[in-house]
Amino acid sequence: MADPLLEIEALTKRFGGVIASDAISLCVPKGELHAIIGPNGAGKTTLIGQLAGEIAPDGGRIRFEGRDVTALSVDRRSQLGLARSFQITSLFLDFTALDNVALAVQAHAGHSFRFWRNARREVELRTPARAALARVGLAAREDVIVSNLSHGEHRQLEIAMALATTPRMLLLDEPMAGMGPDESARMVKTLRELKRGLTILLIEHDMEAVFALADRITVLVYGRIIASGPPEAIRANAEVRQAYLGEQEDRHG
Amino acid sequence: MTAALTPRNVVIAVLMLLLAAVPVYAAVTANTFLVTLFTRVIILGMAATSLNLILGYGGMVSFGHAVYLGIGGYAVGILAQEGASSGFVQWPVAILVSALFALLVGALSLRTRGVYFIMITLAFAQLVYYFGVGLDRYGADDGLTIGRRSQFAGLLNLSDRTQFYYLCLALLVVTIYLIARLVNSRFGMVIQGARSNDRRMRAIGFPTFRYRLTAFVIAGAICGLAGALLANHTGFISPATMHWTRSGDLIVMVVLGGMASSFGPLIGAVALLSLEEALPVLIRVSASPMFGDAAVRMAEYWQIVLGPLFLLVVLFARGGIDGLLAGVRRG
Repeated sequence: MADPLLEIEALTKRFGGVIASDAISLCVPKGELHAIIGPNGAGKTTLIGQLAGEIAPDGGRIRFEGRDVTALSVDRRSQLGLARSFQITSLFLDFTALDNVALAVQAHAGHSFRFWRNARREVELRTPARAALARVGLAAREDVIVSNLSHGEHRQLEIAMALATTPRMLLLDEPMAGMGPDESARMVKTLRELKRGLTILLIEHDMEAVFALADRITVLVYGRIIASGPPEAIRANAEVRQAYLGEQEDRHG
Repeated sequence: MTAALTPRNVVIAVLMLLLAAVPVYAAVTANTFLVTLFTRVIILGMAATSLNLILGYGGMVSFGHAVYLGIGGYAVGILAQEGASSGFVQWPVAILVSALFALLVGALSLRTRGVYFIMITLAFAQLVYYFGVGLDRYGADDGLTIGRRSQFAGLLNLSDRTQFYYLCLALLVVTIYLIARLVNSRFGMVIQGARSNDRRMRAIGFPTFRYRLTAFVIAGAICGLAGALLANHTGFISPATMHWTRSGDLIVMVVLGGMASSFGPLIGAVALLSLEEALPVLIRVSASPMFGDAAVRMAEYWQIVLGPLFLLVVLFARGGIDGLLAGVRRG
């Protein structure tokens, strides 16, 4: 196996009586696209929250590039190269698309105690920001105020911002949520390109996309891993079919 | 940015020219009242401009900003009483003490959000207010008369109304310019980003707290200087200067004039203080044909007119007066 980039060891999180993460152990090697699937309420977003540093786990360890990051703050983890996108679009709605991405570039271009030069005219911020927009196909929309962009464009911008932080690993929380078939297809294409250079942890409900993209899939049910392996193995796994894939027919989300 | 001939820029240019011409007009007509009024407008405009940095751009609703007017004023008053009347000492002390106090308040309050933030800033301001009330040595509740204006080694004579007016105007212009640079810099992008979506700011790698705290301290320091000016203007400082209603006035100026706009707070200060002077007169004059002597008493209720006016601006012009002029509605 290649070098592990992200190692999760017995990660546990409880909310009152509910166990959202039940001793989750997972290892994502460099260059892998690892998908996490599971029914609603399986604790997928809670897991991402703990990896990004927004939620403090009750137990267990998170190692990133061999370094224990379990106690690091959100912004420190981002500085180390762990970038996340949000399931519910979380952008700077009153800024332009380019301003959004430029802020993400700025976050990783030294400290921001610079009070004089106009940041919107700094080539070293704008050029990488334009490049990130181009990678997700938003180059033509850079001057649009974000609240005027479509839902699909918001999702793409989410990715562009994560990319602009020059991450080593992307944590993507349902990047295709609420997308139409066309938008989804475009997002799959974008992710396939990103996959070449980046390690990605993907949470997604769109099974077609997951099976098309993932190198490995982990199935989470009630905070517990019930299976983990390559897509073919997951598809063939009886327990998974019963616990999750079969449930697609009578959804009670 | 090119200075286009938009209605908004024209209004701002005319406003600045009028402000520059006030002492000239006053000298010609021998009307010193206008100079006194507009010195006050300019000083409070400067205080409101400093508040706008954190309120308008940073989204931090400080409900205790007038406390720095008081701290700056007491720095001048207390030092004057103790025999240190040099402005080269008084004004840096006013700025420094305000900055330190802002550091303390900000360090605690910026860990909270929304109503809690408002209440903590308010509580700290009221704390200092009651501290001032208890300052027996320096006039307590009644305040402290400042016999001698800040001395600047003969370079400036602050007792000269015109000189003092232009000094205040110059400092206001410098403040507006500095803050305009600041909010468009990398630093400014961070505090505006934190206003828009603090959670996302941290997710992309910004430790936002230290930037927001710095903005809070800068705003306090500038307002402290405005306080030193105000004390020199009135020759008097009392706890009333930092009462919470005064902090409210500053918020009204910012919201009325236009949040997150360079000249908005100044426009708000001009509008609010002019209305305060003009409304009683207007009510008296327009009501006297019908109500006779009762009109004088009616004029005391001028705030009944001011309130709805403010409400209209808040409801229908979210960008304040400046937003109306620019024809843009900020979301």
